[in-house]
Amino acid sequence: MEKFVELSAKACPLLLSNLNTDQILPARYLKWPRSKGLGAVLFQDLRFDGDGHEREDFPLNQSRWQGAKILLAGRNFGGGSSREAAVYSLYDYGFRCVIAPSFGDIFAQNAVKNGLLTAVVSETDVADLAAAVSSDPGRPINVDLVQQVIVCGNRTYAFDVDPVSRNQLINGWDDVDLTESHRDRIAAFRTEHQVRRPWVMPAKA
Amino acid sequence: MSASLTLIDKLWRMHEIVRREDGASLLWVDRHYVHEGSFHAFSQMKARDRTIAEPELTFGVADHYVPTRGRSGPIANPEIAAMVRNFEANVAESHIVAFGLRDPRQGIVHVVGPEQGLTLPGLLIVCGDSHTSTHGAFGAYAFGIGASEVAHVLMTQTLWQKKPKRMHIVVDGTAAAGIGAKDIALAIIAHVGADGAQGHAIEFAGGAIRALSMEGRMTLCNMSIEAGGRCGLIAPDATTFTYLKERPYTPKGNDFDRAVEAWSALASDPDATFDREVTLNADIIAPIVTWGTTPDDALPIDGYAPDPAREANPVRAKYLRDALEYMAIAPGKKLTEITIDRVFIGSCTNSRIEDLRAAAAVLAGRASKVPGLVSPGSSMVKRQAEEEGLDRIFRNSGLEWAESGCSMCVGINGDMVLPGERCASTTNRNFRGRQGPGARTHLMSPAMVAAAAVSGHLADVRPLLAGRKT
Repeated sequence: MEKFVELSAKACPLLLSNLNTDQILPARYLKWPRSKGLGAVLFQDLRFDGDGHEREDFPLNQSRWQGAKILLAGRNFGGGSSREAAVYSLYDYGFRCVIAPSFGDIFAQNAVKNGLLTAVVSETDVADLAAAVSSDPGRPINVDLVQQVIVCGNRTYAFDVDPVSRNQLINGWDDVDLTESHRDRIAAFRTEHQVRRPWVMPAKA
Repeated sequence: MSASLTLIDKLWRMHEIVRREDGASLLWVDRHYVHEGSFHAFSQMKARDRTIAEPELTFGVADHYVPTRGRSGPIANPEIAAMVRNFEANVAESHIVAFGLRDPRQGIVHVVGPEQGLTLPGLLIVCGDSHTSTHGAFGAYAFGIGASEVAHVLMTQTLWQKKPKRMHIVVDGTAAAGIGAKDIALAIIAHVGADGAQGHAIEFAGGAIRALSMEGRMTLCNMSIEAGGRCGLIAPDATTFTYLKERPYTPKGNDFDRAVEAWSALASDPDATFDREVTLNADIIAPIVTWGTTPDDALPIDGYAPDPAREANPVRAKYLRDALEYMAIAPGKKLTEITIDRVFIGSCTNSRIEDLRAAAAVLAGRASKVPGLVSPGSSMVKRQAEEEGLDRIFRNSGLEWAESGCSMCVGINGDMVLPGERCASTTNRNFRGRQGPGARTHLMSPAMVAAAAVSGHLADVRPLLAGRKT
């Protein structure tokens, strides 16, 4: 997994609330392998109308937001389905950080496993950031995960991130390797758990 | 004397292997359910040149992509056929017991797990599907995970997690005739909001919850995720134990009795405290429908669609305008005047035998004014419904009786609501395009879907039940 320590990049505002994973990546693309290019169908039904034409009012279709690596989003971003492909889609499109007032729990877990930072700020702060970048779309903002701050022009915004996720992103930890280091304790736990509670094992059907 | 604990505290403690300084704990997983959509995880495992850690604790079910019609022949759509083939190859290679397309036990994973007795109180259960919260109805700690976590469980049978906060939702009183678990669930979601339970494990309690059957409890816990909850939980009781007795994978004979003894201790201590308390009174819950594009856009059937002009908050007003525009509903429209094009009865939320009986009680002797599909929660539920003659009631009313799968809830097997169509649905998500691009979904209980079917518009089921056995 790629580490995330600090990022200076263009930020694209998309302040709709409840942008669930069905909106991020519609279900019909879930059978695609990642190699088929999930970034190309990010927000597909919001980006395109029923005839496949780009919706001009959708930010990702506007030239000023091309190359953005940070997404400014509304409340409850990524709620709904557990589809990790929604994270692949954002990441493969080029996003490395989503800033929003709140995130769906499973989405936030999936994001950290893939090197995508979910930074939590207040509704006021995300609206502020959106207004600032909209007045000067070329201007990058800086996200510093070590200091947990976002710097936009001469303003600094603190953000929240789960300390476990922060550790994992900064260190680029691989969960499986980490788990392996506890192999003996897992084996001991398994034995004790199943002896003490024999009912946890499925009976012979 | 140890401090008082809630049910989730007890379940957490039973499964915690290691706790890190930063607050993450490594938890043991008792059951892992996989489905066709788990292919990313199998690929990740293979890419690391690893094999499955505990095949006997892993079970596979084909549900997301399986066709609900024409199962005797080969699957017509080559992409869907490839998904099912890939699933079969993955489970075979990992020696996982699986209920595949033609297995008589096949169905939706969240129906099949409990039905087979694989889901038990006190277990930690995960699946790469957000509605895994369903299994909490048995007093299990059950939650949905993404592909990377599925891969981690396949390889290690463990998972790194941070302990959720604790939320207590107490529903007292008695639900009136015609009011089901779905109405209670939608009332709760409307009350706390679609993200109101984020980061929390929800324990449901109170007289109205105790009165629910296991089917009803599963519906309620299933919908916990639609309030943003990490999981839903109900302490096991006699209703739970009666449901579980003599299911294929539950402990047998004396082992069952000993298990019941252990399971009976799985309850929050009387003086345990929660991070958040919510109370509702079931006496005043009416049949509920959603009008908008998130599950908290839910109102009693005798209400009116919101009017953005009366909304003071400009952000909320814009949301209401957008949602009403997508749903093609005029501001302030009376909900019972909203006409529908189609109905769907199915999904992990509302497709169990009790759900089918509730819908059939309304449909019996009546014709549906719109086309519709009924997809039972499992092939076992389908057989039972046929033995009870429910399939004939659905067919005679003009609805299609199909095989079991996720079907029109998520639309990835090809069962879709057409663009612009309005569907009264027993499912869990009224998101834009959820049932197909441009589809408009109204969520409600099976009885309310049946009422909408025979009326041709959203309708109150209560008058339609007069003089009928429910």
